[in-house]
Amino acid sequence: MAQYQNLFTTVQATGPLHYGVELGHGNSPRSGEPLINYWLGKLGNAQLGPIYLGGLGLASLFCGLIAFTLIGMNMLASVNYDPIQFVRQLFWLSLEPPPPAYGLSIPPLNQGGWWLIVGLFLTASLFFWWARTYRRARELGMGTHVAWAFAAAIWLYLVLGLFRPVLMGSWGEAVPYGIFSHLDWTAAFSLRYGNLFYNPFHALSIVFLYGSALLFAMHGATILAVTRFGGEREIEQIVDRGTASERAALFWRWTMGFNATMESIHRWAWWFAVLCPLTGGIGILLTGTVVDNWYLWAVKHGVAPPYPDVFPAVTDPALSAGGKP
Amino acid sequence: MSIRLTLIAGLALLTGLAGCERVPMESVQTGYRGTGMVQVYNPRTLEVNAALHEAPPALPSAGNEGPRASQVYKNVQVLGDLSVGQFNRLMASMATWVAPEQGCAYCHNLGNLAEDSKYTKVVARRMVEMTQHINADWQQHVGATGVTCYTCHRGNPVPSNIWFRSNPQPYGSNFMGDKAGQNHPSPVVNLSSLPNDPFTPFLLGKEDIRVAGNTALPSGNRQSIKQAEWTYGLMTHMSTALGVNCTYCHNTQSFSKWEGGPDKRVKAWYGIRMARDLNLTYMETLVETFPAHRKGVLGDVAKLNCATCHQGAYKPLNGDKMASEFPELLTKLGAKPASKVAAK
Repeated sequence: MAQYQNLFTTVQATGPLHYGVELGHGNSPRSGEPLINYWLGKLGNAQLGPIYLGGLGLASLFCGLIAFTLIGMNMLASVNYDPIQFVRQLFWLSLEPPPPAYGLSIPPLNQGGWWLIVGLFLTASLFFWWARTYRRARELGMGTHVAWAFAAAIWLYLVLGLFRPVLMGSWGEAVPYGIFSHLDWTAAFSLRYGNLFYNPFHALSIVFLYGSALLFAMHGATILAVTRFGGEREIEQIVDRGTASERAALFWRWTMGFNATMESIHRWAWWFAVLCPLTGGIGILLTGTVVDNWYLWAVKHGVAPPYPDVFPAVTDPALSAGGKP
Repeated sequence: MSIRLTLIAGLALLTGLAGCERVPMESVQTGYRGTGMVQVYNPRTLEVNAALHEAPPALPSAGNEGPRASQVYKNVQVLGDLSVGQFNRLMASMATWVAPEQGCAYCHNLGNLAEDSKYTKVVARRMVEMTQHINADWQQHVGATGVTCYTCHRGNPVPSNIWFRSNPQPYGSNFMGDKAGQNHPSPVVNLSSLPNDPFTPFLLGKEDIRVAGNTALPSGNRQSIKQAEWTYGLMTHMSTALGVNCTYCHNTQSFSKWEGGPDKRVKAWYGIRMARDLNLTYMETLVETFPAHRKGVLGDVAKLNCATCHQGAYKPLNGDKMASEFPELLTKLGAKPASKVAAK
């Protein structure tokens, strides 16, 4: 007989369609007739909708759609409105920030003006969505952890596109909107500022990024491993801890001496995830404003190790040739 | 159903990997252990391209005795001091290097070999002077190996790797869609989205290539990230042109640091200056000589970059010393001042 046990179960448990709890005064009704989808059930809950749109959601979608369309139209114009080339070159196409010569002034539309407008709408969209996550959580009587985690990502976005360019006095320092172009920008950023790997905040950010992946793997694996005892049913675990949580905790205690608790593991995960963009943003903000060459900074502070010379001695030919390169 | 899913996933994976090169690669450590100073080669690509980097056999050398070429032939402006035998040997070699299909008639009017009626002959004379100039004055780049016509031409009347100035905005209006000279899958920058004409500012102009600061803390270096992208574009071209990684010239710790890095970077530094010098002094001065169909969309003359000679090899022709068999190309002896020729 088929049993409902865990993610790989052969049976999908679906209840009657759930329209959600009653909403208080000042809320708009949820939109959409919910439906059950078998394939969605493979990934998560099989019920799709209803969704809460509301004023903030609409404002966020509206601003986001304007930004998305402006980026897309600029990309389309750059291939002479050829839809085939638009698809073929999509990963290369980009909306560039203004040339550095414009500083923080408002440039012509086609020389970064569109980029500024897109930035305005995208930022507005993100802020509306942030407020939406905050308010939806409050309406459900939840804490606002999701909103503050999202705020950490918005912090990094604002450092890259607003705070640092303003401190440097040039919009041209900001990131272009494009797939390959933003990756090339990242490499150029590191080359310009003397190897970002020597930036300690970049290092911290990587620690929290990889740490998040490690914690996610440990936690996910632990819970999956105790689903046979009902370990994934967190609500029931709270009411009656039962044997699943105990086994999960004991596994780690006996494996590495120390174990997180059902509650603390989620604090670990939250802080690791949030600290990744927080520290990364600090590292970006310091680059060019406070530190100009991270390699030389690391040498100065004994971070960069000296290596034995294996190549013939080399001096800068610009010094001997008597000319600037 | 699970078989169908697996098939779809497998096909998607294969499609995603379609652009990748097949493993295994060969990696060669060049620097101190653990510092990432390695060169990565694809042995299959090297094998396919091996014939391109082979020097052709040289004709048997001719004696220096007898009358001079200028005494026997008319209008020999650059190579007049050679013996007739040496002169004819070089002419025959040039025909096989540059125009093996068209032969002497590519440059010469066969009815009167001496006359300058074909533009190709005027260009060829200037190119012989350029070859002598490279070998005599740019030894910091070409060393004792030197170059010949074949280094660039490889049997093609027009070398296969040349560049023209590109139209800065080939598409769109002035209203939207500015590409800012980048964001195009250009082979010049190895299909990255980097600025794809790094030659005009750096190999024709003298824009500052160095972007990294010389001090730990800010001390007035105003180079922007966008400028770094232009430099990065030039460096990507160099890497592709030489078939090497960044670490062939650069220290992984700090790309801007000279001390403790590979000495190849000094050669490359002179190479950039050499390319600039040759483009300005030799190619640009031929703009009136070349016919329209040999020029770029902006009416500019064909110019050279690192790939023109290197063609994917760390040293052109893998460092073959074929130039040593043609001593008349190694010095500027007998050459008239460049200005006189250009004035004609």
